Amino acid sequence: MKSFVTAAIAAAISVCAASSVQAQTNTLAQVKNRGILHCGSGTGLAGFGLPDAQGNWTGLDVDLCRAVAAAIFNDPNKVKFIPLSAKDRFTSLQSGEVDLLSRTTTWTMSRDTSLGLNFAGVNYYDGQGFMVRKKLGVDSVLKLAGASICTQQGTTTELNLADYFRANNLKYEVVAFASNTETVKAYESGRCDAFTTDASGLYAERLTLSAPADHIVLPEIISKEPLGPVVRHGDDLWLDIVKWTHFAMLNAEELGVSKANVDEMLKSPNPEIKRLLGTEGKYGEAIGLTNDWAYRIVKLVGNYGEVFEKNVGAGSLLKIARGQNALWTKGGLQYAPPIR
Amino acid sequence: MPTDAVKPGRASLFYDPKIRGYVYQIVLLAVVAFLIWSAASNAIENLRAQKIASGFGFWHNAAGFDVNQKLIPFSAAASTYGQAFWVGLLNTLLVASIGIVLSTFLGFFVGVARLSSNWVLAKLAMIYVEVIRNLPLLLQLFFWYNAVLKPLPDARNSIALPGSIFLNNRGLILPNPQFGPAFQAVVIAFFVAVVVAFVFYRWSKTQQARTGTQYPNGLITLALILGVPLLVFFFAGSPLSFELPQQGRFNLTGGLQIFPEFVALLIGLTTYTAGFIAEVVRAGILAVSKGQTEAAHALGLRPGPTLKLVVIPQAMRVIIPPLTSNYLNLTKNSSLAVAIGYPDLVQVFTGTVLNQTGQAVEVVAITMAVYLTISLVTSLFMNIYNQRMALVER
Repeated sequence: MKSFVTAAIAAAISVCAASSVQAQTNTLAQVKNRGILHCGSGTGLAGFGLPDAQGNWTGLDVDLCRAVAAAIFNDPNKVKFIPLSAKDRFTSLQSGEVDLLSRTTTWTMSRDTSLGLNFAGVNYYDGQGFMVRKKLGVDSVLKLAGASICTQQGTTTELNLADYFRANNLKYEVVAFASNTETVKAYESGRCDAFTTDASGLYAERLTLSAPADHIVLPEIISKEPLGPVVRHGDDLWLDIVKWTHFAMLNAEELGVSKANVDEMLKSPNPEIKRLLGTEGKYGEAIGLTNDWAYRIVKLVGNYGEVFEKNVGAGSLLKIARGQNALWTKGGLQYAPPIR
Repeated sequence: MPTDAVKPGRASLFYDPKIRGYVYQIVLLAVVAFLIWSAASNAIENLRAQKIASGFGFWHNAAGFDVNQKLIPFSAAASTYGQAFWVGLLNTLLVASIGIVLSTFLGFFVGVARLSSNWVLAKLAMIYVEVIRNLPLLLQLFFWYNAVLKPLPDARNSIALPGSIFLNNRGLILPNPQFGPAFQAVVIAFFVAVVVAFVFYRWSKTQQARTGTQYPNGLITLALILGVPLLVFFFAGSPLSFELPQQGRFNLTGGLQIFPEFVALLIGLTTYTAGFIAEVVRAGILAVSKGQTEAAHALGLRPGPTLKLVVIPQAMRVIIPPLTSNYLNLTKNSSLAVAIGYPDLVQVFTGTVLNQTGQAVEVVAITMAVYLTISLVTSLFMNIYNQRMALVER
C-alpha cells in the first residue's frame, strides 16, 4: 500500500512536469532529431497515396512528403507514411503523431480556423462527383432522386451531398462507412446506386472495381475541393517549409527546371533559376534549411508537372488531364509566389 | 511501566489499522483527483495554445449531414449535432437491447444442447461454440454483412413477399404502421392486462402453496395479454392503417425499412455473444451437483421439470455474474458497427460529429461517459436480479 502511494505521488509529479514542458513546439528540430519525417497519408488511393507490394508508397500526395524529406535530409526516402482514415487524420495531426498531413484533404474555413490547423497550399484542385452503374441509365445527379448513396464519413463529401440534395429538393438515402475500402465494396455489391467522393478519387477507385467499364462518372461537379497538405497551427517555420516545398516544385515547372536538367540548370544565368536553386541569395537558410533545398527537391523528386504526370496524369493509369491543375501560365489555377 | 498503561489510546490512533486505512484512502483519493485535474487543465491549456476550439457550444450547431436509420426525426437541414448524438445513441441501444434478448435465448439453447444426451445435437452445439468463439467479431461482421447482402436482389427486382413486404439489398421493407389517436386505448389496455396477469400469477402461486391446486398460468397470461388489447382494438374501431411501400425509380419508397447493416450487426453480435453465453450456461449447469438431479429423479420428476425446477435455478447463481459481463461486451462490441456502416453512437457521434467539429476531447469524453453509464446501469439491474436469484436461506 505504502509503495503504491509513493508511486502514485511520483506519477503525479511527473505528469505536472510534463505539462509545463509542452509549450512551444519546433517541428523542424523534432524531425531532424528523429531523422525521419512522419507523414500522414491516406489508407490507399491510387495516384495520390498507395503502397505497392513492397510497401513503397507512390502518389501525388506521397511525393509532396518525399519532397519535404528531400529538402530537409537530402533523402526522399526518410519518410514514414502513417495511413490515416478520414475520421482519424486531424486528431493524429493535432496530437503530434504525424508532422504533416498529405492525403487529399479539402481546405475549408472551419478546418483552417477551429481545428488548430494550417493549410500549406493546394496541390490538387478537385471537385466532388458521382459514379453510377451504366445500366441504371442515369446521366445526371439530378436524376438520382430516391437513390441510395455510399460515402465515407467524416469528409466534406458527406456534407456537400446533404447540401446538394437539399438544395435541389431530392430525396436520397445515405450509407456512410468509416473507410474508403468499405465504401467502395458496398457500392460494388449493389448496396448503393451511387458512390460519391472527389472526382479524382472516383477515377482512381473505378480502376479497382471488377469491371471498370460498367461504371460512369456523372458530369456534375457539385463542390470546390481544394486539396492540400496540412500542418499544426503555431509553428510558422514548419508551415513555411511545407508551403515553399510545394511552391518550389511549381516554380521549377514554370521555369522549366526538371529532374533531368536540374544539374545543367545550376549554370543558368537566369536570376530566377539561380534563386530557386540556391546559387544566388540565401533563401533556403531563411526557412531553416540549406540553400540548395529546392535543388534537392527537383533532383530527387521532380517538379510539379513531372510528379503530376507520373502519378495521376498521362504517365499513370488514371490519365487525368491537367485541367485546372495546369500552371497559371497555361490557363490553370496552379500559381506559386516568386522566390525573391 | 504504569505510565504505558495509561496512554495506549494515543499510540493506537497512529497505529490503528482502521485510521491508517482511512488516511491512505483519503491520500489516494486526493492524488487521483489531482491527476484528473492536472490532466484536464493540461489538455485545456494545450487546446488553447493550438487554437483548437473547445467547450460544448457545438452541441447546438447545425449538423448538415444525413443519417439513414433514425428512430427520432433527423435531417441535415434542421437538426443539430446534439440531435445526431441522440440518433446514434438510440441506434446503439436498439441493436444492443435486441441483441441481448436474442443472444440470451440462443446462448441458453446452445449451452443446454451441448450437454444434451443426443450426440448429434451436443456435437453441433460444440462446433458452433468453438467456431464462433475463436473468430474475431469484426471478421464475422464482414461475413454477415456480405452474406446478408449477396443473395439479395437489387432494388428493381425486389422479392415480393405476401402482405406488401419486399426484400432487396436495401433491406426488408415492411408496411409502415400508422397509428390512429384511438390506438392509445389499446396501449393502455395492454399495460392493464400485464398488471392483471401479474396479480393473477401471484394469487395462483399463493393458492398453490396453500391448497396445492395448479392453475394454467401460461394460458391465462397469454389470453390476458393478447386478448384484452385485441378486444379494445376492435371496440375502438381498428385505429391502425398501413402505408404500403411503392416501387420508385431506384428503390421502394414509403414503408418501414429494416436496413441490411442493422440485420448484419444484429446477427453478428447475437451469434458471437451467444457462443460465450452458451459456455457460461454449460459451466453453470455443470456446477450443480449431480446429486441434485439424481434426487429430483428419485422424487419422480421427469428430465424437463428437473432442469426447469431444480438445475437451472441453482445454475443461475453461477451464470448471472459472467452473463452480465457478456451483456456489457455485446453493448460495447456494437461499436464495431462503424465498419459495416450502421449508424451507431460511435459512427455518428465519434465519427462524423467529431470530424466535422474537430472537438475530439469533448466528443470522446461524452462517448466514454455514455458507454460507462450504459454498462453501470446494466450491471445494476443484473446485480438486483442476482440478489433475487441468490439462494434464500431460511
